[in-house]
Amino acid sequence: MQVIYFDNNATTRVADEVYEEMQPYFRQLYGNPSSMHTFGGQVGIKIREARARVAGLLGCDPSEIIFTSCGTESDSTAIHGTLAAMPHKRKVITTRVEHPAVLSVCRDLESHGFTVVELGVDKLGRLDLDELEHQLNNDTALVTIMSANNETGVIFPIEQIAEMVTGRGIAFHTDAVQVVGKVPLHLSKSPINLLSLSGHKLHAPKGVGVLYVKKGTRIAPFLLGGHQEGGRRAGTENVPGIVGLGRACESAAQNMADENTRVKRLRDRLEKALLKGCPDSRINGDSESRLPNTTNISFEFVEGEAILLLLDRHGICASSGSACSSGSLEPSHVLRAMGVPFTAAHGSIRFSLSRYNTQEEVDFTIQKMPEIIYRLRELSPFVQNTVRV
Amino acid sequence: MWEYTDKVKDHFFNPRNVGEVEDPDGVGEVGSLACGDALRLTFKLDKNGRIAEAKFKTFGCASAIATSSVLTELIKGKTLEEAMKVTNKEIAEYLGGLPEQKMHCSVMGREALEAAVANYRGGGQVKHEIDGNLVCTCFGVTDKEIERVIRENDLTTVEQVTNYCKAGGGCGGCRGEIEKIIERIQGERVKEQMLPPPRKGGKLTTIQKIQLIQQTINEQVRPALRAHGGNVELIDVEGDKVIIAFRGMCAQCKVSEFTMTDVVQAKLREFVAPDLYVEEDADTTGEPHEHKA
Ligand code: FES
Repeated sequence: MQVIYFDNNATTRVADEVYEEMQPYFRQLYGNPSSMHTFGGQVGIKIREARARVAGLLGCDPSEIIFTSCGTESDSTAIHGTLAAMPHKRKVITTRVEHPAVLSVCRDLESHGFTVVELGVDKLGRLDLDELEHQLNNDTALVTIMSANNETGVIFPIEQIAEMVTGRGIAFHTDAVQVVGKVPLHLSKSPINLLSLSGHKLHAPKGVGVLYVKKGTRIAPFLLGGHQEGGRRAGTENVPGIVGLGRACESAAQNMADENTRVKRLRDRLEKALLKGCPDSRINGDSESRLPNTTNISFEFVEGEAILLLLDRHGICASSGSACSSGSLEPSHVLRAMGVPFTAAHGSIRFSLSRYNTQEEVDFTIQKMPEIIYRLRELSPFVQNTVRV
Repeated sequence: MWEYTDKVKDHFFNPRNVGEVEDPDGVGEVGSLACGDALRLTFKLDKNGRIAEAKFKTFGCASAIATSSVLTELIKGKTLEEAMKVTNKEIAEYLGGLPEQKMHCSVMGREALEAAVANYRGGGQVKHEIDGNLVCTCFGVTDKEIERVIRENDLTTVEQVTNYCKAGGGCGGCRGEIEKIIERIQGERVKEQMLPPPRKGGKLTTIQKIQLIQQTINEQVRPALRAHGGNVELIDVEGDKVIIAFRGMCAQCKVSEFTMTDVVQAKLREFVAPDLYVEEDADTTGEPHEHKA
């Protein structure tokens, strides 16, 4: 069966050109870049090239790029590293809709005596910047706020936030794993101090990430050991992963326009048709300020996991914010923070597209979805008369 | 992704007996939209008092739908007495097993059946009445229900109880209570596994005391506050005086007849030292108290 992959905010397919470029670094050029011999040294040159390519996409200096093993490591390093460098400050500000890679770390800090403030969001998933301003004080070491939400795609005004925060002499970190490659960045012109990205969200392989650290930002190393990454992140480099990520960043720059035009149009087409084809459905999140590839739709009175399994029978991959599909008993913390009613949160489905999706795939999904929702509503005790459109 | 057996998939993709029996003898409803699953079961008896027809409507994940479907199959042709003997275990076994975290679906099936039978016996009057004292407010689970899943499935940990009836799976504020119920029922068997972290005999050093206070606040107080949009912070410890501040909710909000300060003090006295007393930080109480719905 053909797979229709609409779960690109979870992970993406490794691009062909990325895969090609990684090949030699497994069996031929397997040297250690830290070695003194030419065999290893040539690998070091390739890493330097990858670093420059990543810096190119982010609009920063290559020396500001630290390679890590994943987005989660980047987030942890940014948070712990900043706090360790500023032991006299005890307050951290974040949001209630962060990815667990940030939220869990912050909640853990709280149990170690830090003051953690989680900013709320409104019905559309937007932050209240006045509340943020009100919370900033001299005891604040770090503000960490995601660039765009992975579940709803809602984009936060991160530049404006960064100005506000760094203007007060406070460090600002953003988890940008969902925006890199979709939204242009010029970090050298931005006040953002720290930024995390993850390779596998932009068609590089899993197991490689980046932490951008603006020159002059104080941060203590998180992994100690060798002198790799300028002593800021010890551990032998994931050479093929880093090479792949470098190539993926170059491709991302070339495809950014496509993401914002063709992919966006596909997303809009899918969204519009689903809302029309399935009664009692609604978009979650601010559609005015949203990633071009993401839509999160709630189908009331039905449960997300059941929808996913029926989609799966047609080879369609998506994800859900329902309790059951997350393995917990409560629906997505993001939708709850937005005050999405339970009736809708349990039936929320996220479709996240990539440049590899086609209009045929979108149309196939548009054709199948109403049937699925109709079928589950027939089973639902909360629906009296199911309307088939 | 969950690993479902072929049986579960079959009953999910091709559910049997969907809908509502016309003019039913018994109707049972359990669960709610908020809980993430709900089941409405209807049945009709034949002239010999056997279940002639049983139908269901279910809102929920694949395993909730599959267990409902199996339930209707299992009880057909049985007398009510026989049907009432169907346990959640049997439902799960019939399906070739369910993932541990989904066992509560099978319990929901059994509960719906009980509600429907009670409804029949009460002459169509009785809705599913709440039996026992509410332990888990997040999911509306009573001590009776918790005791029952522990007994019927021989459970020994809080995690298992959560898997079987959801209690404890929300804010976590009721986990201590669940632990006590397990201890009461399973007695010595679980005592050893659940021994509290070893505490040094005699006096605590100041550092140990502060750590223990912090730990107690984290584990015993914060989860319940969080569930209602609040939070608590340890500001300082001066001798036996513990200074705390509440965030995002009114410290004056009363939990039964106690204020939150009393609750924190009681917990600290129980878990740390009996002479501790709690005061609210005067500097931060002036901050806005938001009441979140
Ligand atoms: S009261 Fe039981 S989990 Fe919240």
